[in-house]
Amino acid sequence: MSQHVISVKVENKFGVLARVAGLFSARGYNIDSLAVSRTEDDDISIMTIVVKGDDKILEQVKKQLHKLIDVIKVSDHAPQLSIQRELALVKVSCTSAKRSEVLQLAELFKAEVADVAHKSITFSIDGESGKIDRFIELATPYGIKESMRTGVVSILKDRD
Amino acid sequence: MKLTGSQIIVESLKKQGIDVVTGIPGSANLPLYTELHESGIEHILARHEQGAGFIAQGMARRSGKPAVCLATSGPGATNLLTAIADAKMDSVPVVAITGQVALPFIGTDAFQEVDTFGLSLSITKHSFLVKDIGDLPGIMRDAFNIAASGRPGPVLVDVQKDIQNQSIEIDSIPDPLPLPPKSAPGEKEIKEIAEAINKSARPVIYAGGGVILSGAEEALRIFAEKASVPVAVSLRGLSTFDHYHPLYMGLIGMHGNLSTNTAFNEADLVICIGARFNDRTTGNTNGFCPDARIIHADIDAAEIGKIRRSDLSIVSDAGDFLEALVNYSEKKDRSGWISRINELKKIHDKDFQLPGYHPLEIIRTVSNLAHEGSIVATDVGQHQMWVARTYPFPVGRTFFTSGGLGTMGFGLPVAIGAALADKTKTVLCFSGDGSILMNIQELATLADLGLNVKVIILDNGQLGLVRQQQELFYGRKFIATSFRTHTDFSTIASGFGIRGIDMNAARIDMAQLESALKEPGPCLVNINISGEYNVYPMVPPGKENINMLTEDMHE
Repeated sequence: MSQHVISVKVENKFGVLARVAGLFSARGYNIDSLAVSRTEDDDISIMTIVVKGDDKILEQVKKQLHKLIDVIKVSDHAPQLSIQRELALVKVSCTSAKRSEVLQLAELFKAEVADVAHKSITFSIDGESGKIDRFIELATPYGIKESMRTGVVSILKDRD
Repeated sequence: MKLTGSQIIVESLKKQGIDVVTGIPGSANLPLYTELHESGIEHILARHEQGAGFIAQGMARRSGKPAVCLATSGPGATNLLTAIADAKMDSVPVVAITGQVALPFIGTDAFQEVDTFGLSLSITKHSFLVKDIGDLPGIMRDAFNIAASGRPGPVLVDVQKDIQNQSIEIDSIPDPLPLPPKSAPGEKEIKEIAEAINKSARPVIYAGGGVILSGAEEALRIFAEKASVPVAVSLRGLSTFDHYHPLYMGLIGMHGNLSTNTAFNEADLVICIGARFNDRTTGNTNGFCPDARIIHADIDAAEIGKIRRSDLSIVSDAGDFLEALVNYSEKKDRSGWISRINELKKIHDKDFQLPGYHPLEIIRTVSNLAHEGSIVATDVGQHQMWVARTYPFPVGRTFFTSGGLGTMGFGLPVAIGAALADKTKTVLCFSGDGSILMNIQELATLADLGLNVKVIILDNGQLGLVRQQQELFYGRKFIATSFRTHTDFSTIASGFGIRGIDMNAARIDMAQLESALKEPGPCLVNINISGEYNVYPMVPPGKENINMLTEDMHE
C-alpha cells in the first residue's frame, strides 16, 4: 500500500468538501491527509489529498472523484513531477538544561522557534513530509508534548 | 418578468416538458404546491413519499426521461431517500424537489427540519441546496441535464420555503441544455475489440441495463446475429434481447441458468456491455470466467476495472459502441459453440415437468393470459427471481425491478408510474406477501387513478427468499421469516376500492384470472402458494457461479 498525492480542483460551492470526504468514507478509501484552500481564482478551490492504496484503488479514487459534478480536474502528483510541502507545529518538552541541544537540532532542520516556555519550545517547521517525519523522530527522545501537521499541499512543476 | 421561486420551479418544469409530477404537500413546499394549482401540470398525490419517489421512478424507467417527485422538509424528505438511493443504484433519472425550512430557521432544529442536502450526498448523482433565488433558474435547468446525461441518475433540489416565496426579475426561464455529446468510440479501440471477437472461438455477450438506457436493443441484436455471439443478461439486462431468439442464453448469476453460468465458464471471451460485474451476477469474482479475456464497454469510466480487470475496455454509450463494432466484426459461423450451449441447456435446464401450481407455472399462466406486450414490474424476493427466470419479456423497457438496491415495496408504485407514462399498456406487478405490505398504501393512489395495473401476489406467508437462505445456509434456524397471521389481501384491495380476488394455486380459475388481467382498470389477485418452494438453481453467496445448487440436489 503506497501513498499517493492527488490534487483535485473543485468548484468553490456549498457542500463540496462534504461530498469529497463522503466519497472517501462511502467507498472505504483511506485519507492520510486532506488540505483544502482557495486558489488564484475565487470560484475554484483546490484539495490536496494524500491517499493510501494500491494502483487499483488509486485508479478508482481518481475515476470516482471525476464523476462528482463539482470536480473540475483530478491530477495525480508523482513526487518527481511536483513540489510538495507541509507545515507542522511541534511542541517539544525541554528544560533549560536541554535547551541548547534542542535548539541545535532545530537549527539543523531550519525549524523556526515559534514559542518558548519554561518546560517546552514550540517549533514551526515546513518542507517535504519526510523532513518533518525525521525532525519529529529526532525530537521524540526529548518528549513531544503535542504536534500537528497541515497535510501536504502540492503543485506540479512546469516543464519548459 | 418578475417571478417567485415557486413560479420559477413550475415554469422550469414546463420548459423541461414535465406534464405529470407526483408527491405529497406539506408546510415547507406549500408555496410550490400553490403555484402548481393552475399550472396545467398534473399532480399525482401519493400516500407516502417513498411511494411518490417510486412512482417517479416508474415514469422515468418506462419513458427514459427524467421524472419529478416532490416532498416537504423533514420526514417528507427522509421518506424519499430509499427511492432516491434505488434510482442511483439502477441509474434512473429522477429529479426530487424538496421543501426546506426558511433560512432564519436553518440549523435551529426547527419543526420538520432535517439536513436533506447532507443526507442526499451519497445517494444522488448530484444535489443542490438553493441558497439564492438568483441561482434557481440555472439550478433547475442543470438538475434535469445532470439527471439525464451520461449515466443517468437522481438529482435532488432542496429549496428553502422563503426562496419559494421570494421574487426576482429575470429575462426568461433558461431553455433545457442539450445533453452533452456522447464521445464517439475511438476507432483504434473498436478495431482492437473487433479483432479479439473475430479471433475468439467461444465468445459470449453479457448485457446489462446500460443497453436499455442507451436504447441499444436493436444494435445488440444486429451485432449478435452478425458475429454469432450468444447473449446472456444480468437482472437489469432482462428485456434487452428477444426471449425466444436462438442466441439467447437468459439470465446469468446467482439465480441465472446453470447452462448460462456453465457456458460463461467455458467461454474464451466475455463482452460486457453496459453492466458492472455486480456480485449477484459474477458470484465469486475470482472464479468468474477464469479462462476468458474480458472486454468491457461502459459509459461510466469508473466501472471499468472497478471489480474485474478487463483486457480491453472502452468508455462508450452501449449503442454507439455496438453500432461502431458491427462494422468491424466479421460474419462468423460459430455453430460448434452454439450447439455446445444448446447441449448445456439440454443437460442443465431440465424442465422438471412442474405442476400447474408451482410458482413458475403460475407466472407462465399469467404471461399467457395477460395482454400481449404487457409491461412487468416486480417487488423483491422469490417472486422476483421466478419472474426474472421465466417471464418472456418483450424487448425494450418492459421489465422494472429493483436490481441494485433490492428494495421491497418497489413494485406497486413503480407499476403505477409506468402505467402513467404509458397508458396504452397493461402493467403487471408481481409481488409477494412480504413486499406488497411495504408500500401497500399506494393502492389508494392506484384507486384514484384507475390505471391498468394488475397486482399479482404470490402469497406464501413468509419472507421466502430470506427463509430460503436460513434453510440452505443457516442450519434451518428459522427466525422472523414466517408471518404469524395471514393477511387477506383481496379484502384489503376491496377496502381501497380495487377489485380483489383470492385464489389457491392448486385451483386457479382461468376465466376469472383472465378477466382480471384483461378488463380495464386496476385489480389485485392474491394467489396462495405453498411455502416449500425455493428459487433454484442458486449460487451460494461467495461461491463461484458454476457451483450452483439445483432443485434435484435438494428434492
